[in-house]
Amino acid sequence: MNNDISMKTHGLPVGVRRAIAYIVLIFFSFLCLIWFYILLINSTRSHQEMTLGFTLLPSTHLLDNWTSLVNGTIPIANGFLNSIIVSGCTAVLCTYFSAMTAYAINTYRFKGRTAIATFILAIMMIPGQVTALGFLQLINKMGMDDSIVPLIIPAIASPVTYFYLKQYMESNLPLSLVEAARIDGSGEFRTFNTIIFPLIKPAISVQMIFAFVGSWNNYFTPALILHTDTKKTLPVLIAQLRGADWLRFDMGQIYIMIAASIFPVIVIYLILSKYIVGGVSAGAVKG
Amino acid sequence: MDKKQSNGNVVKFNRWGYIFLIPFFVVYVIFSLIPLVTTIYNSFFENYRSGLKQIGPNFVGIANYFKLLGTPEIWKYLGNTLIMWIGGFIPQIVVALLLAYWFSDPSLRLKGQRFFKTVIYMPNLIMASAFAMLFFALFSASGPVNQILTSIGVFAEPYKFFDHIASARMLIMFMNFLMWFGNTTILLMAGMLGIDTALYEAAEVDGATATQIFFKITMPILRPIFIYVLITSLIGGLQMYDVPQIMTNGAGTPVDSTTTVIMLLNRHLTSKNVGMGGALSVFLFFVTGILSLVVFRINSRSEN
Amino acid sequence: MKKKVLGVLLSTTMVAGMLSACGEAAGTPASTTEQPASTTTEQPASTTEATPAADTTAATPADSSTAEAPAAAADEGKVLNIAAWNEEFKSRLTDHYPGYEVVDGTTGKIGDVTVKWLITPNENNAYQDRLDEILLGQENASADDKLDLFLVEADYAVKYTDTDYTVPLSDLGVTADDLKDQYSYTQAVVTDSNGVLKGSSWQGCPGVMIYNRKIAEEVFGSQEPADIQAKFSDWDKFVESAEELKAAGYHVISSTADTFRVYQNNAKLPWVDGNKIQVDDNLKKWAEDSKKLYEAGYCDTWDQWGEDWNKGFYPEGKVFAYFGPAWLIDFCMAADVEGSVAHDGGWAATEGPQGFYWGGTWICAATGTDNAGLVADIMKKMTCDPEVMKDIVLKDNDFVNNKPVMEELAKDPSYKNDVLGGQNPLPMFCAGAENIDMANLTAYDQGLLGDFQKAMNDYIKGNYKTIDEAMEQFYTLALQRYPDLVR
Repeated sequence: MNNDISMKTHGLPVGVRRAIAYIVLIFFSFLCLIWFYILLINSTRSHQEMTLGFTLLPSTHLLDNWTSLVNGTIPIANGFLNSIIVSGCTAVLCTYFSAMTAYAINTYRFKGRTAIATFILAIMMIPGQVTALGFLQLINKMGMDDSIVPLIIPAIASPVTYFYLKQYMESNLPLSLVEAARIDGSGEFRTFNTIIFPLIKPAISVQMIFAFVGSWNNYFTPALILHTDTKKTLPVLIAQLRGADWLRFDMGQIYIMIAASIFPVIVIYLILSKYIVGGVSAGAVKG
Repeated sequence: MDKKQSNGNVVKFNRWGYIFLIPFFVVYVIFSLIPLVTTIYNSFFENYRSGLKQIGPNFVGIANYFKLLGTPEIWKYLGNTLIMWIGGFIPQIVVALLLAYWFSDPSLRLKGQRFFKTVIYMPNLIMASAFAMLFFALFSASGPVNQILTSIGVFAEPYKFFDHIASARMLIMFMNFLMWFGNTTILLMAGMLGIDTALYEAAEVDGATATQIFFKITMPILRPIFIYVLITSLIGGLQMYDVPQIMTNGAGTPVDSTTTVIMLLNRHLTSKNVGMGGALSVFLFFVTGILSLVVFRINSRSEN
Repeated sequence: MKKKVLGVLLSTTMVAGMLSACGEAAGTPASTTEQPASTTTEQPASTTEATPAADTTAATPADSSTAEAPAAAADEGKVLNIAAWNEEFKSRLTDHYPGYEVVDGTTGKIGDVTVKWLITPNENNAYQDRLDEILLGQENASADDKLDLFLVEADYAVKYTDTDYTVPLSDLGVTADDLKDQYSYTQAVVTDSNGVLKGSSWQGCPGVMIYNRKIAEEVFGSQEPADIQAKFSDWDKFVESAEELKAAGYHVISSTADTFRVYQNNAKLPWVDGNKIQVDDNLKKWAEDSKKLYEAGYCDTWDQWGEDWNKGFYPEGKVFAYFGPAWLIDFCMAADVEGSVAHDGGWAATEGPQGFYWGGTWICAATGTDNAGLVADIMKKMTCDPEVMKDIVLKDNDFVNNKPVMEELAKDPSYKNDVLGGQNPLPMFCAGAENIDMANLTAYDQGLLGDFQKAMNDYIKGNYKTIDEAMEQFYTLALQRYPDLVR
């Protein structure tokens, strides 16, 4: 396939290569966006209209679909609330404590520091699914089954977030600052909270977004832990759409529910895209 | 770490390092390490539920592992997972390399880069479960994709994407591709932008073509990041779950050809087959552990 | 009119109930506390202003309010937890149980008792898995979290009735006399291995072939059930007629899944013998026949309940017939959606090639329930009370589990099913209900028949070359699901 590329670029004038690049870019952008466009259109159409074929223009049933979804048997409002609580708390806990961990490794020269840093690096890639079985047994014993707490607390130990923040601190956090604070008589904890944390805000906000989105989209663990409909998060409710006996099948409701769970993230993303895309490349610099 | 340099005061401060690490380690030990140990422990027992009757736990040694690795299922599901991963990864890396190269090629001076990057990265943030449900709805026999394709005459009658091994797998690969190629593009681009432009200029002065520059300069420098992307993607690929699970409703249809390893784990977990679930988890742990070790090597090498 | 009177009566008793509860809280124990909660026929003192008649078999709207009493009894739990896999029972309870009020999608109220619905869809055994968890944790659950009532299907009823997790009906105070009018097969399903009755159902599920009148008229020149029956009286004729339908551009049935229950019910072997899985020849015949149907283009292979399977509920779907019992006609065929065939009364029913039954929902009381009285009352009202049951038939066209009521309505010329274009299908259902035999049930049925269909679907669709490969896949899935079984 690479030969293919080289054929195109070989010796062609810049103008032609640029045109090819634009065409390819537009093609892939189209490929990324078309599905969401269809989703948007179909969530405004009634079930009847959809059986008749696809149209490029939206219809008028957006509100009807929404009301029938809200009045339906899937507690979508609870789902939203649960997802926001879980993702919000996860994002806050994850970034705060990861920053704390990163700060400990970055600032202090204690015994076993390198060993600990190596250890965290080593466990970074181990997927959560591997420990899911023991995790489920544990939370059952702790009486936390069917609760959102076990979806939040484990975020305190997030090796990946820790890793990014540590990288950031290494290049952006002069240790002299910490010493200056000590001379001013600031306690270590206070130094971290009032001086260090604000200083690494740019990295924190990027990681917060990633933690939020990661938790918002998480399906595997919530699906195993949450059983009561009103406690479920959005991905679990969405999956239920696929599994249920939809005796009265209404595609309008399905589209609008998918739209409702996707579009908030897209909107947030579009507002913050500069930081997010920047954050991804910042993470790559380590490579 | 050097004792000679540290006076009493600094040592006192350095103790705070331990204190700051407490939350991480307490949570890690409780929610990851203990579960890992109990998972391994469970894998040595026959322990499942038959109806409402609990069978076991009876110690059976490594019988679960024999059963797991001795039946063709696990290899079939591992094969499915790898096939679907490769099918998504190859186009992903090719497209990402191409786009990253264009984005970082100063002679092209592409406009609207921010727009394109924003758009191609977007699918990465979409809830995989919602994305899978969306594709299920869009590609169903009476869904809009079939409506469009039949109305423009591509198919005479709706094509059942989910009933054929190739098309069902292809859809999953395609979704994996869509969700990850933007991310990979940005990662590779960051690596490419790190390359000293003087190298390119010197090569151009020497009369190298774009192709030669790509293969002789860009690729070798990109190698570490390339391997990093490959292995992390493989680890991620082994965890493939949300998309096939929701698209096929956990059944891995057709003919179990889209069932992934994690879907099998999920079947064991939901039917409370603790012993087999444990054995499967440990198996996965070793596979990802070995792969992680590779990533870890790359990371620590680049740190030095 | 009847409804209004009922409503007024209900609100009075509810106020009475609340008063009694308040009195209790204030420290003056009302005499209700001494009433054994499970004996609904007795009158708690606090509701004596309601009609004292207590013979439930002869209930009238007025005395239905007296049976409200246990709901208000102060020694019962304040939360009634009900586990189910869909909305059917909820809508039955909402429409027919006196005093049930809807609060929101997942909660309701009966008197001062909050009703909580724990609905888990059936797919992939998810409902059973959930139910197992709840029942196994029942002992340690707090009173308000304890499951009180749950629903089961014939496919796995045995799994629950043959354990101590279900309460014998006699312990609840539901007597043989209450149950005397039920079809005997419905009781056989929920009778445990010691002969103790553990559940009760409001419906009977003899199945029929439900066909589209317009298509019948167009293709066969008649829409009369007798004429159509002649064209579909056995499987050979079924295939011949399917050919005629195909020529006219119609599918005889929506999906090969539609006939599965017909073959499955006419199988001789139970799914499991000891711990050995066995597959009846009739089931393999289903797979082979279905493959022929599909390959000949007579029907499709949709999953049931999906958007594609449902298409035939609308005229554009071009599906001639569905196989199903009464609940399918009323609950599933989208009668309330404008433009559907059912909305215009465009269906008719006939026996089809073979008799069968499909589904049915049984109510069981969970051991440890703190609302035994209310549970018993729900069983009596919904599954024994001829008035309520007749009401279910008239309003929802369900086939209820009460012989006298059904036989009366079967003869009643004024009874019409609007979905079936005014046809009275009850004589057909009544005859079917008498013939149902449920001797072959095992606790593994739902999982096994799901896996069997999954594997065979791939054979029907051509993803497996031979039926043996599909059988192999069936065993793989079955053993994954039930490690204690052998092939």
